Amino acid sequence: MSDVILSVKDLTAEVDGNPILKGFNLEIKAGEIHAIMGPNGSGKSTFSKILAGHPAYTVTGGEIVFQGQNLLELEPDERAKSGVFLAFQYPLEIPGVSNVDFLRVSYNAKRKHEGLDELDAFDFDEVVQSKLTLLKMDPSFLNRSVNEGFSGGEKKRNEILQMALLEPRLGILDEIDSGLDIDALKVVASSVNALKKPENATLIITHYQRLLNYITPDVVHVMAKGRILKSGGKELALELEAKGYDWVLDSQAVGA
Amino acid sequence: MTIQSTLSDVGNLGLSTKVDRAAYLLGLLSLRSELPSELAGLQEIRDRAFSVVRDRAIPSTREEEWRFTDLSGLLQVQFQNSAPSEIGFPQIESFLLPESTNSRLVFVDGVYAPALSAVDDLPDGVLVGNLAAGVQLFPKLYEHLALHPGGEEIFTALNTASFTDGAIVRVSQNQAIASPIHLLFVSTQEALCHPRALVVAETGSSVTLVEEYVSLAEGAYFTNPVTEIWLGENAEVRHTRVQRDSVAAFHIGKTAVSQARDSRYDCTAVSLGGKLSRHHLEVYQTGEQTDTKLNGLTIVDGDRLGDTHSLIALSQPYGTANQVNKTIVSDRAHAVFNGKVFVPKAAQLTNAAQLSRNLLLSPKARVDTKPQLEITADNVKCAHGATVSQLEDDEVFYLQSRGIEADQARKLLTYAFAIEVIDRISVASLRHALTQLVRIQSA
Ligand SMILES: Nc1ncnc2c1ncn2[C@@H]1O[C@H](COP(=O)(O)OP(=O)(O)OP(=O)(O)O)[C@@H](O)[C@H]1O
Ligand SMILES: [Mg+2]
Repeated sequence: MSDVILSVKDLTAEVDGNPILKGFNLEIKAGEIHAIMGPNGSGKSTFSKILAGHPAYTVTGGEIVFQGQNLLELEPDERAKSGVFLAFQYPLEIPGVSNVDFLRVSYNAKRKHEGLDELDAFDFDEVVQSKLTLLKMDPSFLNRSVNEGFSGGEKKRNEILQMALLEPRLGILDEIDSGLDIDALKVVASSVNALKKPENATLIITHYQRLLNYITPDVVHVMAKGRILKSGGKELALELEAKGYDWVLDSQAVGA
Repeated sequence: MTIQSTLSDVGNLGLSTKVDRAAYLLGLLSLRSELPSELAGLQEIRDRAFSVVRDRAIPSTREEEWRFTDLSGLLQVQFQNSAPSEIGFPQIESFLLPESTNSRLVFVDGVYAPALSAVDDLPDGVLVGNLAAGVQLFPKLYEHLALHPGGEEIFTALNTASFTDGAIVRVSQNQAIASPIHLLFVSTQEALCHPRALVVAETGSSVTLVEEYVSLAEGAYFTNPVTEIWLGENAEVRHTRVQRDSVAAFHIGKTAVSQARDSRYDCTAVSLGGKLSRHHLEVYQTGEQTDTKLNGLTIVDGDRLGDTHSLIALSQPYGTANQVNKTIVSDRAHAVFNGKVFVPKAAQLTNAAQLSRNLLLSPKARVDTKPQLEITADNVKCAHGATVSQLEDDEVFYLQSRGIEADQARKLLTYAFAIEVIDRISVASLRHALTQLVRIQSA
C-alpha cells in the first residue's frame, strides 16, 4: 500500500504581487522519488521554498496537504519538525554561527518534537561523525561558520549532511547536483539513496539527467511558467535531455 | 545616519541651565583628594587640567559632540567622598584571569588594592604597578603622562585634575611579555572615581593588555577613566577593553593611543554595562607604516545608552587602519557611534577602512551612527560604511527550515553577530567569560 505523503492542488502563489505559481498540481506517495525539470525561471525553487514556508511568497489559492495535514498552517520550523526538508539551491552563509552548534540545535529541536531527550555535545558528536564519514566530509567543517567560505560543492554536501541528520519524511533537493563534480555527485547520490526508506519520499529538482543516473526517479515532471506541463517515467528525463523543453512547451500550447 | 522608529522621549537637558551644569562639574571637581607626595611631579599637569575644567560645564546635547548623548541623568546624581570598600578575593574571584595570576593590578573604587594585585616574577624590563610606586622606578613617566592630544576634553581633563594614583605598565625595549596584563577596576559603591592607566611599550616590545571595569554593586556610580598607551617603534600592543559596569552606572572613558613608526595596535572594546556609557577612543599614528585595528561591540537594552566616539588620525605614509564597530540595541535602548578617520595630505599610500554595523532588535531601539572620513591625501585607499538592520529574514528562515523556532533563530543570529568580535580576544579565559555573558544577554 502506498500512502500519499504530499498532495498539492491548484496551487497559486506570488511574490511582491507577481504571480509565479499558476495552478500547480503534484502528488507524491511514500517510497517514491520524483524529479521536476524545467527551464530557468519556471518556478521550481519558488515551489520548493513555499513547501518550506519562506515568508517572501504569498499563497493565493489551492492547497498543500502533507501527511494529511494542511502544511500552509504550519510555521517553517514546525514543517521541518514534522518531516519536510529542503536542501536549498543557494544555501545561505551564516557568519558567526558554528556549523556544529547549528546542527546540534537543529537535531535537538527535532528530537524534542518527537519526545526524545536532547543530546549533549559529546553524544551528538558521535552521531554527526558517523554521518560525516558517510558523506566523506572533513570534520573541520564542523567548526567553521555555517557555509561561510564553503565552496559550492561543500555547501551542497553540508545540506545533505543536515538532511542525513534530520531524516525527513519528504526531502526536497533543489539543484543539489549543480556545481558538483562527478565524484561529489556520486557521494551525494549514494547518501540520498542510503536515506531511502519505504515510508519516505524524495523530490529532486534538477536541470541534468546525469543525477538521475544515480538516483532513479519513479516519476519525472516538466514544469514551465508556474505549472506542471507533463509527467512521465524516468525515460522522460532522457527525452528532455536529448530534445530540450521546447517540444513540451509547444505541445502544451497546442493542447491548451 | 539616524534610525529611529519613534520620537525620542529622553532629553530634558534643555531644562538644566548652563549655570547648573557648571556648578555640577565644580561639585565633581571638589570631591578630588590631595595628590600624594610621591606624585608631586604631577602638580603642574594637575593644576593645568583643573583650570581647564573650572571654567567649563557638563556638556549639553546642544554641543555637536554630545548631540545624541544626554547627560541630564547624571546631574540628578550627587556623589560624596567615602572610603573604598574592604573587599577580598572571594568577591573578585570570578573576575580573575588564570592567564594573569602574576600580572594583575586591582583597583577598588579607584584606589589601588595591593593585597588583591599580583605582580611577582615579571620578566626583567617589565614594570607593572601603581603610579605612586612606579614613578620611583620609571621617572620617564612624566614624559608620557597626560601628554596626548585631546587632553582638554572635559572628562579627560576632569580625570587629570582629579586622579591620585593609577596603573603603570612599562615594557622596555625589545621585551615581550607572554602573560596578559590585567588591569581590573572594581566598583563597589555609589561613588565617583577616576581610574588612570599609563602603558608604555618601548621600541620593539610586545604586550597584551586587558583593561576591565566591573561592579559588585548595582548602584549609580560614575567611573571616569583615562588610559594612555604609547607604542614605540615596531612595538605591538593587543588591547582588550571590557566595560561591564552596573546597568545603573555612568561610564565616560578615554583611551588615547600614540603609535610610532612600524608599530601595531589592536584593540577590542566590549561595552556591556552602564546606564550611560561613552568611550572616547583616539589613536594617533605618528610614524610611517603604522597599523591600527579597532573592533568594538556595544550591547544595550532597557533604556540604556552606549556611545563610542573614535578618532584615528593617520599622519604618515604607508599607515593602515581598520575599524569595525558593532552595536546590538534592544528595547528602548540607544546606541551611538561617531567614528572619525583623518587622512591628511602627508599620509600618502595609506589604507583605511571603517565599518559601523548595527543590529536593532526592537521597534523602539535607536542608533545614531556617523562614520566620518576626512581625506586630503590623494593616493590612498579608503572605505567606510554603515549598516543598520533588523536580522535578515532569510537567515532566520534558513534556521527555521531546520526546525529551529523563529525566536531561538533570532537569538542564535544575534549571538553570532556579537561573537565575531568576542572571538578576536586572544586571552582564552576572558573570551570564554564574555562568550557566556553574550550568550545570556542574547537569550
Ligand atoms: N524573492 C523573489 N522576488 C522577486 N522575484 C522572485 C523571487 N523569487 C522568485 N522570483 C521570480 O520568480 C520566477 C521563478 O523563479 P524560481 O527561482 O522559482 O525559478 P526556477 O525554476 O527555480 O529557476 P532556476 O532553474 O533558474 O533555478 C523568476 O522569474 C524569479 O525571478
Ligand atoms: Mg531554482
